[in-house]
Amino acid sequence: MLATLLQLLGSSDLIYATLRLTTPLLFAALGGLMCERAGVLNIGLEGLMLGGALAAYLTALATGSPWLGVLAAALAGLLAALLFAVAVVTLRANQIVAAVGLNILMLGLTGVLLRSAMGFAAGQNPAPTIPLWKVPLLGDLPGLGPVLFDHLPFVYLVFALVGVTAFIFYRTTWGLAIRAVGEHPHAAAAAGIRVMRVRYLTLLWSGCMAGIGGALLSIGYLNTFQEGMTAGRGFIAFSAIILGRWTPLGTMLASLLFGFADALQLRIQAFGAAIPYQFLVMLPYVVTLFALFGARRSRGPAASGVTYVAGEG
Amino acid sequence: MVKGFFAANYANWREFFVRMPVWGMPLWALLAAFLAGSVVLVSVGANPARAYLALLQGAVGNQGLAATTLLKSIPLMLTSLAIVLAFRANVFNIGAEGQIYLGALFAVWAGINLRLPAFAHIFVTLLFGMIGGCLWGAIPGYLKAARGFNEVVVTIFMNYIAIAIVSYLVHAPLRESGWNFQTRAIADSARLPVILQDTDLHFGLVIALVMAAVVHVLLFHTTLGYQLRMVGYNAEAARYAGLRVTRLTVIALALSGALAGLAGAVEIAGVQYRLLEGFSPGWGFDAIAVALVGRLHPLGALLAALFFGGLRTGANSMQTAVGLPVVVVYIIQGLTVLFMAVGAALQHTRARRPAPARLEARDARNPAAAVGVE
Repeated sequence: MLATLLQLLGSSDLIYATLRLTTPLLFAALGGLMCERAGVLNIGLEGLMLGGALAAYLTALATGSPWLGVLAAALAGLLAALLFAVAVVTLRANQIVAAVGLNILMLGLTGVLLRSAMGFAAGQNPAPTIPLWKVPLLGDLPGLGPVLFDHLPFVYLVFALVGVTAFIFYRTTWGLAIRAVGEHPHAAAAAGIRVMRVRYLTLLWSGCMAGIGGALLSIGYLNTFQEGMTAGRGFIAFSAIILGRWTPLGTMLASLLFGFADALQLRIQAFGAAIPYQFLVMLPYVVTLFALFGARRSRGPAASGVTYVAGEG
Repeated sequence: MVKGFFAANYANWREFFVRMPVWGMPLWALLAAFLAGSVVLVSVGANPARAYLALLQGAVGNQGLAATTLLKSIPLMLTSLAIVLAFRANVFNIGAEGQIYLGALFAVWAGINLRLPAFAHIFVTLLFGMIGGCLWGAIPGYLKAARGFNEVVVTIFMNYIAIAIVSYLVHAPLRESGWNFQTRAIADSARLPVILQDTDLHFGLVIALVMAAVVHVLLFHTTLGYQLRMVGYNAEAARYAGLRVTRLTVIALALSGALAGLAGAVEIAGVQYRLLEGFSPGWGFDAIAVALVGRLHPLGALLAALFFGGLRTGANSMQTAVGLPVVVVYIIQGLTVLFMAVGAALQHTRARRPAPARLEARDARNPAAAVGVE
């Protein structure tokens, strides 16, 4: 049993699968990180991903182009995020409650739209999928090439976006504005930052990113859409942000941890190894809880979850 | 114009919401949700009037359907009471789903393995369920209170762990021989009696009603309840007043878990008799919507649970009659929660107010304030 496990851990398949499974999570988490740093808790990632997954599938099926599918997913995420932003930023609804509503709404909406678009063949027609892109030169490296450089283009993109997000946060005035809004919106407003606009824009960005993450689930690694197919990945992405202590690098590492555990669990199921796969399903959560337990307290943005009301500073 | 949109002053809207009576908010949310839901239905080519009528007929059209509505409301009632208790103490318990699973697990163990006379066996089985849920609630309660963890994340994690544990147990150690991944059935002596002839409606309904009364008394007529609500309203002030906030937070989540565990146990003892993978269709999450629509009040939660139980029952008939999928009810449910949140926010919005900002900031995160409860 141990031998099988060791063999698994050393296999290049596992690394490949880890990158694959991390990518949708990381898209949602990086987007979520942006609005969390601006003080908006986004538990709605789950619903945003689901909307993206359906939009991508239906569009790819209708147009024959997976790229248009991804675009549609980003737009769908954006629209759903706009609805959320109107509720929590303009109308000042409680962010957690509104997100709970949004997630339920998206579950219903995707189900109904799928059925109305496809009738009872719902989800049975295979959609065109995003092709793999082998990086020139690097992809031919013996050993590493097939593992690291023969993925969906979005895999490279998301890891590049980790760097971009970090750059935005710590090296640009935009990033400073975002962080200021998350820490002390009234001080930020006094300094001339338009708090509501920052929150709107970061939320819309988060919607696009989660939408793309969802698209990868439906037309990246599969060619179909199933009701509720995100299966909690949005919540995991939300957790990855907190586990990663609200930093881009930390969020990436946390997402990799969840992606790795997921990959391992799937492999073990496929191998029919003697370890019950359920233990591996729960492993990342148990490990995370213990890791958090041992870690010093971490603190998120001070104004996280606090509705901004102009003039009440 | 754009600026006006982002920072509009909704003073006259506010009047509408501020003058609203207690029951007005859920009513407004439901009405708005059904209206907005019609837009969706029309856009997919369905006739909303026919759909809603089929929904209504399917929920309460005859005695059997009405009994099914009641039956489906029972787990929602108990779980939403769990949510009410936690949210009132400002604890976002997203982990009711896991607590239901643990409660069901403990209950099924007691129902199968203990040998007791009928009445005692039922009682002990349900008690085991409460203990299971209580444990599963107390862990995140401790982590939040003593270690400053975000309870939303921890309770979500605990859900996954609980579901995986149950999945493992019904696959191997507790599995009944045969094809299905499920445990053996609990003993007859541990089953709840049916209370309405020719239906499946069981004694769990009475338990849910009694529990609603218990939660009401606990929250509004005991010192503990007062303290819990005080922590919920303003933890800082509660601490300053000498309350042991850490302990109260753990108690809130433990009690909440016990109620959710009871929901799982009642479902085992009253309906399913055995535990299987995917035992709950998401009651733990639905109950959040139910509790919020019920304005975090035990009576409101009961009514909202009945309503959503009816929606769920009616959806099956609607699917056959109008050809719309059952998930239509999720659209209504999700929109209702959104409109509740928005309505409550409008109600609490002050156009200008010289009050200290810190207090307002805390209110904004308070779940009770989030649905317009003082």
